[in-house]
Amino acid sequence: MSRSWQRFFRSGTVLFGLVVIAVTVVVAVFAGVLAPYDYQQQFFDGLSLEGAPLPPGERFWLGTDTLGRDLLSRMMVGAQTSLIVGVVANGVAVTIGTVLGTLAGFLRGWVGTALMRFTDLMMAFPVLILAIALAAIIGPSLWIVAMVIAAVNWVQVARVVYTETTSIAEREFITAIRNLGASDARILARHIVPHLVPTMLVWATLGIATTVLLEATLSFLGIGVQPPQPSWGNIIQESVSYFTTAPWLVFIPGAAILLLALSFNLVGDALRDAMDPTQRGRG
Amino acid sequence: MARYLARRLVQAALILVGVTIITFLLTHLVPADPARMVAGRNASLDTVESIRHQLGLDRPLVEQYLRYMGGLLQGDLGRSYIQRIDVAELIAARLPATLALLAGAILCELLIGIPAGLFAATQRGRFADRAIMVAAFSGVSAPQFVVGLLLLYVFAFGLGWFPTRGFNGVDSLVLPAMTLGILGGGWYARMMRSTMVDVLRQDYIRTAWAKGAGGTRVVLVHGLRNGILPIVAMIGLDIGIFMNGVVVVETVFGWPGIGQLAWQAIQRLDVPIIMGVTMVAAVGVVLGNLVADLIAPFVDPRIKLR
Repeated sequence: MSRSWQRFFRSGTVLFGLVVIAVTVVVAVFAGVLAPYDYQQQFFDGLSLEGAPLPPGERFWLGTDTLGRDLLSRMMVGAQTSLIVGVVANGVAVTIGTVLGTLAGFLRGWVGTALMRFTDLMMAFPVLILAIALAAIIGPSLWIVAMVIAAVNWVQVARVVYTETTSIAEREFITAIRNLGASDARILARHIVPHLVPTMLVWATLGIATTVLLEATLSFLGIGVQPPQPSWGNIIQESVSYFTTAPWLVFIPGAAILLLALSFNLVGDALRDAMDPTQRGRG
Repeated sequence: MARYLARRLVQAALILVGVTIITFLLTHLVPADPARMVAGRNASLDTVESIRHQLGLDRPLVEQYLRYMGGLLQGDLGRSYIQRIDVAELIAARLPATLALLAGAILCELLIGIPAGLFAATQRGRFADRAIMVAAFSGVSAPQFVVGLLLLYVFAFGLGWFPTRGFNGVDSLVLPAMTLGILGGGWYARMMRSTMVDVLRQDYIRTAWAKGAGGTRVVLVHGLRNGILPIVAMIGLDIGIFMNGVVVVETVFGWPGIGQLAWQAIQRLDVPIIMGVTMVAAVGVVLGNLVADLIAPFVDPRIKLR
């Protein structure tokens, strides 16, 4: 293992990020088994005598929400939502971005120009207004939200991949291979795409952070994932009007969103450093 | 320079035309029906049709678009379907609040990011450096509505230092501007650190050390002067990021700006307002990018405008 990879795994922040991600994945996958209660059940003893939600305590570890449901169980199911949207939306975005970026960078000519002008246009768009308009108009659901996020997030990947592809395509070994008679398809598949794998990995990680935040924001505005399906964003949305009296209902899911996004950012950023040869020997 | 500027302005105009086309298509090809929204749930089919005719929505899409663009060239953004007021008027009434918020946010992010990045660079590899970088990353990773609610909870409801809602005076600006500034401050701290790490490695800094200049003096006078310009030149690029935050922050703080206007319009499918706000935001982003590019050669003479 090279020195940069050793540094990657030894770094405290990377370990922290990997642990948070691993815990979230385990909790999301086994939410059905791990959750102490049914996330939809409204408990009689889940509300105080005055009908207010209960703060974190012995029976309900993270407290209850305004309907007397167990927050911990809802958070666990919400982890599923965040990860599904994060992985699906970002997977689609990275795929679209890579395919378009590679083609535009390799073919150049008017295809490349047209694509890059289109990404310029998308960059000038207020992304959140676009996403909100799309989600609100089409009608929100988990999959629509994922697709909306993918539709606005592929742009950056396409630009990065385009730049890299053009610089690889100009290198001498590509000319050499072409002179040996390799077809365009072969050059793309065997000699260009493998060089793009590090970039794709970095964006696959960093992009999930953006996606998780965007999903939470849309759900908070009430046009993301819809109840009864819990998501960390819509848990906050449901209880935001009571946040001065029941702050845990806002800040516990809020902290979860922050931790998950932070972890993907930390790991993605360290991946970028580890894979970028110009960064070796620096720190 | 003049030729460069002319070409960039043409490009900017083309981008804005593209933005109008996409927004227009999105808002007109959707399954929802604005005429029905205006008429209300219980209106008869005849009423809906007559409203559709009144709003010009029964004409071919191309004609509707050209008509909109014709008005746009004369500075007419159309009329709100529901409020029956000129969109330009609505936006003009809301714009000052959003601009005040942007100005406050830029001030906050610079006040947070530059000192933090500078200090981290001088402490490179030590605990303080790591702590600041993790904090910067947290700022970038924090959902803005949660940051806004947290600031409200602590400083408005808890300590009572600032008002909880609305736009009146500097007091009310602090918390929303902080909410936006924390995100930007995280980015600036990271950029500032990496620029300063490079600057502090240069020969002329070593010369200054060798001459016996004190630590603080070298960093602030010799280093900062060269490190800060590239950072400040990037402010223009922030506008796009802020335009996203504005919708959320204005919702959380009841801030009467164009973000809130857009959010209300989207819920009622008031298409002219959605178009208008998107246009204003896109103009802001395009201008910001242009300014950033024009400033760049003054900051770094190696950059030539072509």
